[in-house]
Amino acid sequence: METQLATRVPAVRTYRSHRARLISMLGPLTSLGGVVWAFAQPYRLTLLHPHHQGFWWLVIEPQLLVVVAGAVFSLLVARPLLVDLEEADGTA
Amino acid sequence: MEPHSEMVHWLFAGGFLLLGLILLSEAIVGEKVWAMRRWRVYLWPSIVFGLGLLMWPVMTFFTNSAIHMVAHGAWAQALMIGGAAELGLVHGKLHDPRWRLALPIGIFVSGIAFLVHEQNPWFFARSAFLHHLIGWTLVGSSGILFARAFRPRSAAFQSAFAFAVVAVAVMLFCDRDLAPIFGHLSPLAGVPHR
Repeated sequence: METQLATRVPAVRTYRSHRARLISMLGPLTSLGGVVWAFAQPYRLTLLHPHHQGFWWLVIEPQLLVVVAGAVFSLLVARPLLVDLEEADGTA
Repeated sequence: MEPHSEMVHWLFAGGFLLLGLILLSEAIVGEKVWAMRRWRVYLWPSIVFGLGLLMWPVMTFFTNSAIHMVAHGAWAQALMIGGAAELGLVHGKLHDPRWRLALPIGIFVSGIAFLVHEQNPWFFARSAFLHHLIGWTLVGSSGILFARAFRPRSAAFQSAFAFAVVAVAVMLFCDRDLAPIFGHLSPLAGVPHR
């Protein structure tokens, strides 16, 4: 099959400096911590067994809070910070 | 309709975890790179101020006793003053470097608030243990911040404080309303519910 549409495969971003690598790993490692905790104590994740659970038990899930904290940090803080760090390292 | 006390601790744990990650990243990249975007320098002082602000509903809705109300109220004020002083310093409204002492004092008051409003001994239950541990961790952290007030560019003090904040977040996530600690649970505490 031939197509004129070409999809660009995004390249995996690699960072040269160890500072950039550390920053890029902080968020994913934090979120991974939440996932590992969810596997270790699945009974604490009430979304997995939502029946007869009250409102707050369904809204506040500690493992998900850890995952969200890591994701928020990655998207809102780490991403622009890495751009600035690369720029600063490039000019240095 | 109020959430359990442990859930409030988890919510604050989420905020403390984000705060710790931000402080750690600032320590890793250094002050110069961190300040390349202006909004970033306001980030963690705003979170400290916001955490202080959120202590007011905790004081209002979780008033188990007078000592709880006083501790939560003092804590709210101390965090807000500490966050506001840092905001004033980074914005250039405050020039006197002694304002840097507001945050260590705020964290010290927070630690004392934790210790004072926990009336039970360490091994009464997990929440009692964690309140003592968090209280002393915050008191110790205030020492780190006090040293940082005199050497504000020290990556070592900044990193040490960031790790302390992450440790407090982990402790807050471990909090349960009624659970044993290292096999200890006072019969006066009640029956663990979950």
